[in-house]
Amino acid sequence: MNKKNLLDYTLHLADNALIIGHRNSEWCGHGPVLEQDIAISNIALDCIGQARNFYQYAAQLSVNDTSEDSLAYLRYTIEFKNCLLVELPNGDWGQTILRQFYFSTYQYFLYQQLQNSSDQQLAAIAEKALKEVTYHLRWSSEWVIRLGDGTEESKQRMEHAVDELWSYTGELVQAASYELLAVSEGYGVDLSTIKTKWEEKVRTVFEEATLTLPGNAWMQSGGKEGRHTEHLGFVLAEMQFLQRAYPGAEW
Amino acid sequence: MTTNEHINSGEWPLWEIFIRSRQGLDHKHVGSLHAVDAQMAIENARDVYTRRMEGVSIWVVESKHIHASNPADAEAFYDPANDKAYRHPTFYNLPDELKHM
Repeated sequence: MNKKNLLDYTLHLADNALIIGHRNSEWCGHGPVLEQDIAISNIALDCIGQARNFYQYAAQLSVNDTSEDSLAYLRYTIEFKNCLLVELPNGDWGQTILRQFYFSTYQYFLYQQLQNSSDQQLAAIAEKALKEVTYHLRWSSEWVIRLGDGTEESKQRMEHAVDELWSYTGELVQAASYELLAVSEGYGVDLSTIKTKWEEKVRTVFEEATLTLPGNAWMQSGGKEGRHTEHLGFVLAEMQFLQRAYPGAEW
Repeated sequence: MTTNEHINSGEWPLWEIFIRSRQGLDHKHVGSLHAVDAQMAIENARDVYTRRMEGVSIWVVESKHIHASNPADAEAFYDPANDKAYRHPTFYNLPDELKHM
């Protein structure tokens, strides 16, 4: 088995969870109402928790002094393997909700299958995380429906969010080289099997939300291979500042 | 006000939250929160009141449906029971054969 590939695959899963967790954490103290501030902060913590599990495993697969912290705080943008979708700015509440919905739908079907991974560690993390993701998907679906089928303003904002984010959804289910190899080695999830399920779920929720599903459009890609938008640099600058300014700081 | 009027006024109605803990037999009042409908109230309660493993079941009731006794009535309501200790079942002699009472 190709150990480097297992590491890349694990880091990809970890980076996705960490970056969307960080983005959601930016809402802490700024949520539209107290109850939703807590809801999105809970989701942020769930995602960062998933990231920790993957990073801890990735650290085991790496050379000596690599730790979950060094993987999260001391790599540069080109080393991050997250999808572009998760690094995009939060925008308004509708845009954050829609991003979460797209991503949770993907994670839901991904973890469902990753539970059966030949790699026991990945399978165990997926099984644990799936319970959390099931709730994220339910919560974000309902908000997409409430806002899409809500007031004139909320609908308009959701339509704007759909326009902003759609071209970043293709990458979720488009396999990078390490994902293809992971499938052939038996521990990865075949994204082509997820694609249809993802589209079906999104279509169902959009129908109920009276939102129009965009047609075939050109899709952004590159994040999984380390080619990121300019936004990731700013995310890392804020997230990594403390560890880089005060290496090994503890409190 | 109906729920819709609340939404239009920009204010979400208040809900009282009751949680049954893992060990507990009955739902206990834990607090209140805002939500536009029962479904959202249950989910908000899940996020606000069960994040530290407090519960296994949630009830929500819109606060306006709770009718409370008036504190000013306290004397007339509760004081008369003060000197009626015979209302407690402790005065009954139980047969020895009766266990677990």
